[in-house]
Amino acid sequence: MAGILVYALHYEGAFNKNSLGAVAEAAKLAGELGTEAHAIVVGEGIADDLAAQLGGYGAAKVFKVEAPEGLAQPVVDAMAKVMTDNGHDYALFGGGLLGFEIGAGLAARLGAGVTMEVTNVTVQDGRLVAERPILGDSAISESRYKGVGIIIGRLNAFEVPASTGASAPVETVAVELSPWSTKAKLVKRGEQRGADVDIEGADILVAGGRGLGKAEGFEQLQELADAFGGNSAVAATRAVVDAGWYPYAAQIGQTGKTVAPKLYLAAGISGAIQHKVGMQSSENIVAINKDANAPIFEFADLGIVGDLNKIVPKLIEAVKAKKGS
Amino acid sequence: MKICVLVKEVPDAAVTKRIDPATGRLDRSGEKNLNPYDTHAIEAAMQLKEGGELQVDEIVAITMGPESAVRALHKAVSLGADRSVHLTDEALAGSDVAATGYALAQTLKRENPDLVLLGQQSDDGECYTIGAVVADHLQAPSLTQVIKIDVAGGALRCERQAEYGYDTVEVELPAVISVGDAINEPRYPSLKAIMGAKKKPLDTLSTADAGIDAGKVGAAGSQVECGNFKAPPAKAAGTIIEDEDTGETVEKIIAWLDERKLI
Repeated sequence: MAGILVYALHYEGAFNKNSLGAVAEAAKLAGELGTEAHAIVVGEGIADDLAAQLGGYGAAKVFKVEAPEGLAQPVVDAMAKVMTDNGHDYALFGGGLLGFEIGAGLAARLGAGVTMEVTNVTVQDGRLVAERPILGDSAISESRYKGVGIIIGRLNAFEVPASTGASAPVETVAVELSPWSTKAKLVKRGEQRGADVDIEGADILVAGGRGLGKAEGFEQLQELADAFGGNSAVAATRAVVDAGWYPYAAQIGQTGKTVAPKLYLAAGISGAIQHKVGMQSSENIVAINKDANAPIFEFADLGIVGDLNKIVPKLIEAVKAKKGS
Repeated sequence: MKICVLVKEVPDAAVTKRIDPATGRLDRSGEKNLNPYDTHAIEAAMQLKEGGELQVDEIVAITMGPESAVRALHKAVSLGADRSVHLTDEALAGSDVAATGYALAQTLKRENPDLVLLGQQSDDGECYTIGAVVADHLQAPSLTQVIKIDVAGGALRCERQAEYGYDTVEVELPAVISVGDAINEPRYPSLKAIMGAKKKPLDTLSTADAGIDAGKVGAAGSQVECGNFKAPPAKAAGTIIEDEDTGETVEKIIAWLDERKLI
């Protein structure tokens, strides 16, 4: 039977919201194709009750596979077997690092076509067509598949509806793992580094990137956030979090948080796609960067080309003065 | 042991990229450079070699691409690779990610490396995914976006940021690992290394030389058909201020924020 298989990532008893969005998207597309959307969960000791919840987002059936979780290759083995046994024409992923790894490995295994960073999927002539922004989001390209298609969504590409509360039948599948799939072992998962800060509820976010030059650059951003007062906080890009300049909990983007504050003030952030996907829904985006060609100026509402070390200190004083007036 | 580093020539970031309407492919003419992410992969290979915990006998840079891609190999060699391999063939033009990964895997099989390193993504097509494709063909464990590699006995202990925080993963060799740009600060090549790069051994291979099934590569052998390029939904252009007089710039920012009741 043709159909769409969706990988549902879960961690500590909850499904990833991008995965839930992908299940709902697949259910909608399957309806148009006249087929079914199925989901697959892979992990250790997953409760049937948890797996069945995917029915509330539109999965007609859930395949459950007992295998190590948190790494891609066991999931490739599981999805390759389920798709081959059941004749699924498409695999859909909600984005995120594991989705990229699994989707690419699966394409190699099945001799399938793969498209990543997909922002929209449509049905044309009874086949799925995936739209993907390319060249720094300056154009959109359509992908069609000669055979099996693997579609990996961009973060937040698919809306997450409320669960209908429906429960899907769960089928446990035994999968023999490839020898190389067990040669990578998770030693530690989900380690939080740095202080636990809350940025998701903030109305005003002052975010810093590599352009700050050094970890101490965050001190002036904190001062600027404090000057705004109220519900404001400081956030960071992945590059500076990985460099240890700022806590992981404050990271915006692909592997970090998604935010939509009233004001997003980006200092020394170039605006790479991986960052953009986490903050593009902000109501007002202000960017300060010394490189006039930085991609962030293409989607900033107010862009300042200049040296943040000159501008930010004066801006702090001006915001304080304005607040005090 | 032998480390192979996959590298790629990409358009210089400052050059405006465009799709050639005639072919539907990225126009790869104009200024080119080594993919900046790849320099981190070469640096990671050099640090493993210099770290001394592993006996690294050879670092080999490998690329697939037209004649001009040789320059990316010269750069890779100037940064420390001992020799390079250039897979080039008209039959490869228009290969999608899966076909490219297959072709690179076939090329790698000739070298039989203990470790394959690559940059986490290429700067043009954003193919984060090539490492996972290559690994499946080589039947090797694989990990992407790695930001720290430690030698742990005969295996590598790698760290990376995944969906729920930082993961530590132990990977047995041979393996395929893509590194993120936070893993290191790549060194600059010395003038001597740049001058000497063209003298280092370079093998040029065709698809036949590499044992690639020509039916599985190129536009015809690819499973994805790309086309119908269109412009994204238009977004109103923002206001841009060039900072000349910082006092004045800051006044304009405050006025802008005030107008929108953000302050």
